[in-house]
Amino acid sequence: MKSQTIPIYAQTDAAYSIGNLGALLSEISARLTNLAENGEAGMIDLNSLPFAPGEYEQLRQTLGQGEVSAHIEAIGPSEIIETGYPGVWWVTHYNVEGDIVADMLEIAHIPEILKSQAADIAEGLELLRAQLNDKGQP
Amino acid sequence: MNDDLLLTWVRSTGLDISIGIFVLGTLLRLFEIYSLGRKTDLAVPRHRSGASGLHTMFRRSAPPPGMFKRSPVSYVGGYIFHIGLFVVVFLFAQHIKLIQSLTGLSWPNLPAQFIDAAAVVTLATMLLVLAERINKPVKRFLSTFGDYAAWALTFLPVLTGYLATKHLLLPYTMMLALHILSAELLLVFIPFTKLFHVFTLWGSRWYNGNVNGKKGVPV
Amino acid sequence: MNGHETLGERLAQQGVSRRAFLKFCTAMASLMALPPGSATAIAEALVKAKRPSVIWLSFQECTGCTESLTRSYSPTLESLIFDMISLDYHHTLQAASGYGAEKSREDAMQRFFGKYLLLVDGSIPFKDNGIYSTIAGRTNLDLLQEAAKGAAAIIAVGTCAAFGGIPNAKPNPTGAMAVSDIIKDKPIINISGCPPIPAVITGVLAHYLTFGGLPELDELGRPKSFYGETIHDRCYRRPFYDQGKFAKTFDDEGARNGWCLFELGCKGPTTHNACATTKWNGATSFPIESGHGCLGCSEPHFWDAGSFYSALSMPSSPLNLVTDAAVAGAAVGIGVSVANRMKKNSAKSAHVTATIADLKK
Repeated sequence: MKSQTIPIYAQTDAAYSIGNLGALLSEISARLTNLAENGEAGMIDLNSLPFAPGEYEQLRQTLGQGEVSAHIEAIGPSEIIETGYPGVWWVTHYNVEGDIVADMLEIAHIPEILKSQAADIAEGLELLRAQLNDKGQP
Repeated sequence: MNDDLLLTWVRSTGLDISIGIFVLGTLLRLFEIYSLGRKTDLAVPRHRSGASGLHTMFRRSAPPPGMFKRSPVSYVGGYIFHIGLFVVVFLFAQHIKLIQSLTGLSWPNLPAQFIDAAAVVTLATMLLVLAERINKPVKRFLSTFGDYAAWALTFLPVLTGYLATKHLLLPYTMMLALHILSAELLLVFIPFTKLFHVFTLWGSRWYNGNVNGKKGVPV
Repeated sequence: MNGHETLGERLAQQGVSRRAFLKFCTAMASLMALPPGSATAIAEALVKAKRPSVIWLSFQECTGCTESLTRSYSPTLESLIFDMISLDYHHTLQAASGYGAEKSREDAMQRFFGKYLLLVDGSIPFKDNGIYSTIAGRTNLDLLQEAAKGAAAIIAVGTCAAFGGIPNAKPNPTGAMAVSDIIKDKPIINISGCPPIPAVITGVLAHYLTFGGLPELDELGRPKSFYGETIHDRCYRRPFYDQGKFAKTFDDEGARNGWCLFELGCKGPTTHNACATTKWNGATSFPIESGHGCLGCSEPHFWDAGSFYSALSMPSSPLNLVTDAAVAGAAVGIGVSVANRMKKNSAKSAHVTATIADLKK
């Protein structure tokens, strides 16, 4: 086929659904039930799921944005939002160049990464005590 | 030999050899059968409407009077699985691609769900037809190794093809390699078994109709 | 050379917070297809691990595997892997060169004999005593055999090291072989792909460091967590394959609608890799999503499996025998026919007319 006979169209952002979304929402619902009734947290790794172009955006629209959004800077940014469904958090980790290195839904009271880590607390405490000691010196 | 190597072999050397044998065998047998000719019939041919080679070619597509009642499975089953084979072999996009690469011809394909259904119907019908052959005493008595072999050679490609597209039984690469291998086996044996009716069917019907038509009898 | 302290100590030295490390472990868990909740356990295990020595030997290769792994020099989460290991020898990345670099390698191998991780990329030429690829005057074959003696495990990075790759393609002029063809007595992980997905390389390293052993391998020695499924199994265009909707040429209507690329030569159904889920360039896309069929680059002998644009149902090489077979068939057919006719004619001429008188005799 000659290239002249293939018509050229501008790229459109047509979204189409293959049906992956329904299954995912069912799983979210099941885990949220688990959280509500047993207090058990859960995570869903979005990287491993096949999404047709547009389905990922549809997921964003369906889950929406809730009251909380948080930003972390730790070897690259991380964005955390609570979706429109309390208890369903969307956690996205980026590296310094802005590539996604982890993308997940965390169904919990609060995502693990937002909590202050024991080792960091210990280190910070040491520094604070050292500061106080310094200030204490005349 | 691992799966990938076997697949590449059946797609190259295996295909070459099997198509080579198929072409060689077909030409050989066509020459062999049609070169003998027939003794000239010196009688004056009689004419009777409906008695000719052409008429017989089409008339024999229907069962002779009374035969349908005696063996409906043969006729219904036979038609169903032949049509099923045609649909699966010639209207499946992947096969059309193969034919296009060998001959340059191509045509539109049917949606895969239709091919799936046709494959299942063909497999079921072929099993039924085999069961008939085994259960009916006369048929069983008349059946030889060649009959069962021809059945198996035709059944296996449809079965392995279906298993491959549905990702059943074996990992896909091996299943596909086995499917292509079974199709190549079928090709190799077509010229040398009763499966050669693919080429000789119409000629045989025409000949019978023609010879008897000259005697004034529609067959 | 660098000290081989624990990873936790090294992170503290570099001012990397535990939260940042937890983020890294979350990324690793995602890469290794482990349950996302295992990140905490991974962090705890890794923090106590001593940094093992790693020796990277590059043989008959194009450096694509190293390129794939090291996309930039600014600190990224992937490059943190290199802080988890002590990379004691690597041609492209090391600062040392010449005899100094070779001495450094020999020292590391001696000091950590039996414990270092050996990474190999590129195939090993075997013909003519392996003269076709040498480093510092020694053949690759020699170097590999020596380095393998003291290795705890060998990771063959890329299809060349895993299966022979492009040098191994017909007619294989250098006699290129895979690592597993030469070394038989050490555990070998094959990370195939041309190149492999960088996340897969780092994921396997992370697995080795976290769990201290090899992940579960398939019959070709590839880690099942990344190579357990085919591209076809996880392809988002699968519904189109199942419906029989195929793109017929690049950029036609079907292609624009994202239909299956089977007819354009996609080898997805026979190729085991993680491209459809892990994807490339930081999960941006993968070949099929960009509109080109899979080449099958993580399978052995994929260079000899026919055109990249021939569908799996098409022949992988042109047919050679058909014309000869046709001529032979016709010739034999004619020969048989002639023989039959002669038989017929001789029978006719040998025919003796009998009369009733003859019969009465």
